[in-house]
Amino acid sequence: MTEISKEQVKHVANLARLALTDEEVETFTQQLGDIINYAELLNELDTDNVEPTTHVLDLKNVMRKDEPKEWIKKEDALKNAPDQKDGQFRVPSILE
Amino acid sequence: MSLFDYTLKELQEKLHNNEITVSDLVEASYNRINEVDGQVKAFLTLNEEEAKKQAKELDEKIDSAASILYGMPIGIKDNIVTKGLRTTCASQILDNLNDPLYDATVIQKLNKENTVNIGKLNMDEFAMGSSTENSSYENTRNPWNTDYVPGGSSGGSAAAVAAGEVFFSLGSDTGGSIRQPAAFCGVVGMKPTYGLVSRFGLVAFASSLDQIGPITRTVEDNAHLLQAIVGHDNMDSTSANVDVPNYSDAFKEDVKGLRIAVPKEYLQEGVDPEVKEAVLAALKQYEELGATWEEVSLPHSKYAVAAYYLLAASEASANLARFDGVRYGKRTEKNVDMIDMFKESRAEGFGDEVKRRIMLGTFALSSGYYDAYYKKAQKVRTLIKNDFEKIFDEYDVVIGPTTPTPAYKIGEKIDDPLTMYTDDVLTTPVNLAGLPGMSIPCGFSGNGLPIGLQIIGRHFDESTIYRTAYAYEQATDHHKKRPNLGGDK
Repeated sequence: MTEISKEQVKHVANLARLALTDEEVETFTQQLGDIINYAELLNELDTDNVEPTTHVLDLKNVMRKDEPKEWIKKEDALKNAPDQKDGQFRVPSILE
Repeated sequence: MSLFDYTLKELQEKLHNNEITVSDLVEASYNRINEVDGQVKAFLTLNEEEAKKQAKELDEKIDSAASILYGMPIGIKDNIVTKGLRTTCASQILDNLNDPLYDATVIQKLNKENTVNIGKLNMDEFAMGSSTENSSYENTRNPWNTDYVPGGSSGGSAAAVAAGEVFFSLGSDTGGSIRQPAAFCGVVGMKPTYGLVSRFGLVAFASSLDQIGPITRTVEDNAHLLQAIVGHDNMDSTSANVDVPNYSDAFKEDVKGLRIAVPKEYLQEGVDPEVKEAVLAALKQYEELGATWEEVSLPHSKYAVAAYYLLAASEASANLARFDGVRYGKRTEKNVDMIDMFKESRAEGFGDEVKRRIMLGTFALSSGYYDAYYKKAQKVRTLIKNDFEKIFDEYDVVIGPTTPTPAYKIGEKIDDPLTMYTDDVLTTPVNLAGLPGMSIPCGFSGNGLPIGLQIIGRHFDESTIYRTAYAYEQATDHHKKRPNLGGDK
């Protein structure tokens, strides 16, 4: 049985850039624990000599020429932005 | 007129004989939506003004060379990007995305066929869920009984077709999200082979599993719609460069000598007796049509759900990192620094199920757990894929139920995520193996809810699935039954 602690949940939430309420931390600690315990079912299988499948197609390193192409114009790219200035996306200040 | 009354072929004939116009079809679609969508709630956004304008143009320029899809009203799942038409993925974080910048490849292809986009269809937020209850907007209802869920995540896409609001629709399927709602709503839903249809412009959930596919009332219409959207695409590096057959050719052949495999794991405990009975009756029908079936084993089936949820959540946690309140979508109004702006925007914008999966995926990918969970699941994925490959050495198709039970009541399971997950036991293996799979109606439960038959084929062998499905459909009349809604007689 893998126990998931509240501290782990808070750590993972930070990695995932999610602000959680105390109540959510509580709920997710319980639910993630249940799901992870269910997933332990996989440990019944000996997979030492099994290759992992990342995806099913027989494709490797799909390359194309590195050439610039017409795509979305800058003004268009900015039109759904929550905040913008001087043709750039604007975010809250990072440096004091 | 009602969109229910004709097949694609018949409608196309009527268009060319000037018995009806594209405007009539589009009008019929919106009239039906006005009549029943208050009950069904399949649509999130309507494209009415634009669609009616387009219909007029199409009526003026129709000629004898028009494609079979010409002028047909279609609905699009709201995770497929449509230029200039609001695309939300049923999420608050994209609530204000009213002016998307481009069309998904499938939309570009449909535009060439001159279908008419009626509107965007409800879904579980970011396609995460099996009942459409995870939409941040509304609960879509099952047209056969509006107390019941339509399935998910393409619940709006299946319900809109079942309710006769559109002629057909597009959905997406990551772990069953086309087949399961098709089964619950009594319509035909195809999840194509991974890579057959371009994912460019499909808002990514789990990139190694996601696939767009058609939902229709008949098998033949399904093949016509799939034909229009397949093909290699430079904009999707996982799109497959394969020769595409003419799917309609599949309808010229019968199923004499077809070898059907029936996995015993798909009819075991947990499968509702009525569902099992309907599937066995369908197999009997196939015997009468000249096919043979045998019981086989897919021994790793019971591990599919665990492997699927680890992989899908891991990929989702990476894909959904893009929703950060910087370039588009919602940003928190709180006055906070940049890192907290990310965290608060995401906390406000995502619903519970999306947060749960991001958390699960981030955990499974985090340092110290990667090998134990993510890599382990990828190895189990190999075993599941190998199970199918072995079966397909000897058989042409695999047949079983699409879902363990018919639709359940709204609210019945939503508080129990793990039970919801384990219900996907019959659909997730197909995505893990990258195979094509289809659900067709095969009967009704005692309380009048549809039951779905799942037909799984070899990689890129959609034709054999269509042949198999068509033979059964022609021999039965489940697909001719309609739900009673609103003023229906």
